[in-house]
Amino acid sequence: MSSFTPHTSDEVESMLKFMGLTSVEQLYDTIPIALQLRRSLDLPEALSEVEVIDELAAYGKKNRNASIDLVCFAGGGSYDHDIATVTSTLGLRGEFVTAYTPYQPEVAQGVLQAIFEFQTMVSRISGLAITNASLYDGGSALVEAINLACAKTRRSKVVLSEGVNPNWRGVASTFAEGPGHELVTAKVDQEGRTIWPESDSTVAAYVVGYPNFLGFIEDIAAARKLATDSGALLIVAYDPIAISLLKSPGELGADIAIAEGQPLGIPLSYGGPYLGLFSVTMDLVRLLPGRLVGETVDTEDRTSYVTTLRAREQDIRREKASSNVCTNQTLMAVWAAIQMSWWGKEGFYEVGRSSLSSRVYLENRLIEEGLLDRRSPTPTLREFPVRFNKSASDVVEAMVGEGFLAGVALEGANSISNFDGSLLIALTEKRTRSQIDSYVKSLKEVAK
Amino acid sequence: MSTLKEAPGGRASSSPLMGGEVEPTIFEFSHESRRTGAIRNSRIEQVDPKDFLPGDYLRTKKVNLPEVSERDLVAHFMRLTHRQYAVDLGSYPLGSCTMKYNPKLADAVATNPNLSGVHPQTPPSAAQGWIELCVELERYLTEITGMAAATLAPAAGAQGELTGLLIMKAYHKNRGNNKSTILIPDSAHGTNPASVTLAGYKVVTVPSDSRGLVDLEKLRALVNDDVAGIMLTNPNTVGLFEKDIAEIAKAIHDVDGLLYYDGANLNAIVGVARPGDMGFDIVHSNLHKTFATPHGGGGPGSGPVAVVDRLTQFLPGPYPIVVDGVGSWIMPEKSIGRVHSFYGNAVVYARALAFMKALGAEGLKEMSEYAVLNANYLKAKIAPYYPAAYDETCMHEFVVTAAGLKKKYGVRALDVAKTLLDRGYHAPTVYFPLIVEEALMIEPTETESKATLDCLAEILIDIAIEASNEDSSEALKHGPTRTPVSRVDEARAARVLVTTMDAKG
Repeated sequence: MSSFTPHTSDEVESMLKFMGLTSVEQLYDTIPIALQLRRSLDLPEALSEVEVIDELAAYGKKNRNASIDLVCFAGGGSYDHDIATVTSTLGLRGEFVTAYTPYQPEVAQGVLQAIFEFQTMVSRISGLAITNASLYDGGSALVEAINLACAKTRRSKVVLSEGVNPNWRGVASTFAEGPGHELVTAKVDQEGRTIWPESDSTVAAYVVGYPNFLGFIEDIAAARKLATDSGALLIVAYDPIAISLLKSPGELGADIAIAEGQPLGIPLSYGGPYLGLFSVTMDLVRLLPGRLVGETVDTEDRTSYVTTLRAREQDIRREKASSNVCTNQTLMAVWAAIQMSWWGKEGFYEVGRSSLSSRVYLENRLIEEGLLDRRSPTPTLREFPVRFNKSASDVVEAMVGEGFLAGVALEGANSISNFDGSLLIALTEKRTRSQIDSYVKSLKEVAK
Repeated sequence: MSTLKEAPGGRASSSPLMGGEVEPTIFEFSHESRRTGAIRNSRIEQVDPKDFLPGDYLRTKKVNLPEVSERDLVAHFMRLTHRQYAVDLGSYPLGSCTMKYNPKLADAVATNPNLSGVHPQTPPSAAQGWIELCVELERYLTEITGMAAATLAPAAGAQGELTGLLIMKAYHKNRGNNKSTILIPDSAHGTNPASVTLAGYKVVTVPSDSRGLVDLEKLRALVNDDVAGIMLTNPNTVGLFEKDIAEIAKAIHDVDGLLYYDGANLNAIVGVARPGDMGFDIVHSNLHKTFATPHGGGGPGSGPVAVVDRLTQFLPGPYPIVVDGVGSWIMPEKSIGRVHSFYGNAVVYARALAFMKALGAEGLKEMSEYAVLNANYLKAKIAPYYPAAYDETCMHEFVVTAAGLKKKYGVRALDVAKTLLDRGYHAPTVYFPLIVEEALMIEPTETESKATLDCLAEILIDIAIEASNEDSSEALKHGPTRTPVSRVDEARAARVLVTTMDAKG
């Protein structure tokens, strides 16, 4: 038996005695006998700590790890960046890891201030005044953005570019079923640019990727104009790393900017926990989903932090709330704040520039080796699609044998018009010349 | 000061948390051109972005992130940790939140690079371990809840609720049922009604009776063909077991409605009773409550949703299966679709599974038994000063009222909570559930020792006695004083909205 509970048998006895009881079972007398299980759970016996760690490590051995034996050229919403030691060391401190939601601000200034700093950094990246304390992931950020836009405009139709992450569009489509929002997909053309429909005064929002899922930097100004002409909001789904080199979504006129925050110092983690980044203009603050930390003072006029505009939230507004978000991804927001501080102004720029430089290098190498005809006419930053003679999924499988996660196969649920069967390749500052050279060499063998 | 012989392990009164000056923000340590992080040298020539990116979109100024040394960065965040209460420091009897100790062995699992370093776009052939792990966790959850299958994907309880309601909606749609309402007790968590609205249903509130339970007669009167289902927490939010649950289930099932179990309070009954045996059709569990994964200051959580056999075809996908020893991700036949960008908060699954393996079948049951024992013991200890809102034996938590203290001495539930912070314990949940006046909702959890509970009881009783004394009662209304900050001006935070450094005047 584990020592997870501290009770000794004499303590249990004295506690029961204090209540005039003789057995723990009596505490369950309010549960009708017919509803009691009255058998042991059909689960294994307790294990010691080391045995548990070994059993879970055995599962780990059946995986191929991106850092050690499967060099990662995949993106598609999750990127293999280096994470600073300070980020994981500080981010695993028990005070951050084992705290609850900061409902008692007097003893939660640590988490509250870290979120305030996170909000500041993300607002500086997104270029929008208000950033919340995080949502679950990129997909949930899209859902909340759609719900916000529909609530604001009192319309229920949203046009999404096909260049928005297909998994996120899948999540949006699942949750649109509830309120009955109509989601329309605007396809992308052969050059990966969205073919937008005519302006439409029944549309609540247009959603564009920046760079889009295929890595292309699209014409955001055109999307902004379309939204304005339709009286709709513009939702920009951005890659935070790209903003180290590109103008912010806010500068380009986004009303809502959403992102997957994982590239900002969060481990790959087989897809979670990640964090959804969510920023809006000041106009929309009262419809903001999730928690928001604000600065204030205590009774002695000392700077303090507290969750604010709480009246928006589900525990107060109940069925009238426009979002049900309660638990978010605060710990991941703290990790991101530490990683962004560690990069700093110059380091963040260098991460973006290095990713871009490696993309340019890889693209040139693929052209040299005859694996790619030409550089794409639509500009890309750190991610781009390539079509081989073989299907991308076959290439991915074969490249696993070569020790590479070659990219994301744009097939099945990940398929995009005109790019079906292509391989989506992503670069980060973590990939080196020798890794890229070996990758190209293997690719030449595999894809020919 | 405590008069008890044994030092209470869960009391944090010696923590440096108490006191200290205001910590500047990271931005105030910043100095132009100071560097911390150096990125690796890729041995690739660095290009000029303007040669490769469109001029209209090129940034002209670098993003203004902090420019601090690593030394100052570490010191700053370490000082923030000293301004933060946590389970690792002491007891956290926050009702409805199940703030139990989070065993450290799960940290070793969570940081195993063969789990945390796997990219979610890795083909299943190279991620078999993750798929098998998910399937084993599903097996634990379905056995504990008495269900047929589960999706792990929802990232938190609220997302689990919405997922469950959409499964309910898909079920009715598939049967050609056109139903529009969901019943919810008036004691429910706020996420329940919010989720119902987002699922496109209307909330019909069911009143509680004087026992603190669902009023069965009133419920029967509200049940009609328009009812798609009911959302219940059992034990409910006042900490009592809904003993009429079998009758409630029959009433709902008679109109082809479904029962949704909000797993927020599952910690009371693991190994003792199962939602499936009570008649529930859809059950979410909070891994970050019952199964000891840490709350992270507000997240990440994980809210798997388990369902009965006839609903498995509607589960979200991708759904993990292992057939003939080979794992893969599939889309169930009539799946409601995807609910997460990838597969959910996977590393949280690994933590929860580690916890469950460490406890085993017997340990999981003992976990619930001692959670209930601790709650009833503490409730009995403080009963003379803090009357329970309901007399019945409670489950893992209980609600007392400070209405008497307020009426007689002007000391509110909030004052009791704030004073506890000064004396080395986290506060309980206050003013919830809404149906109890001046509510203090207390959930000690099974990981706190008798000595910790005895000391907490003693302090709570001291506070009640101080409240009754004119000389000391006034001070209670102005605490805490030993915490990093005193009571904060919440109204000002909302009135003068400063949520980033750049909004400061």
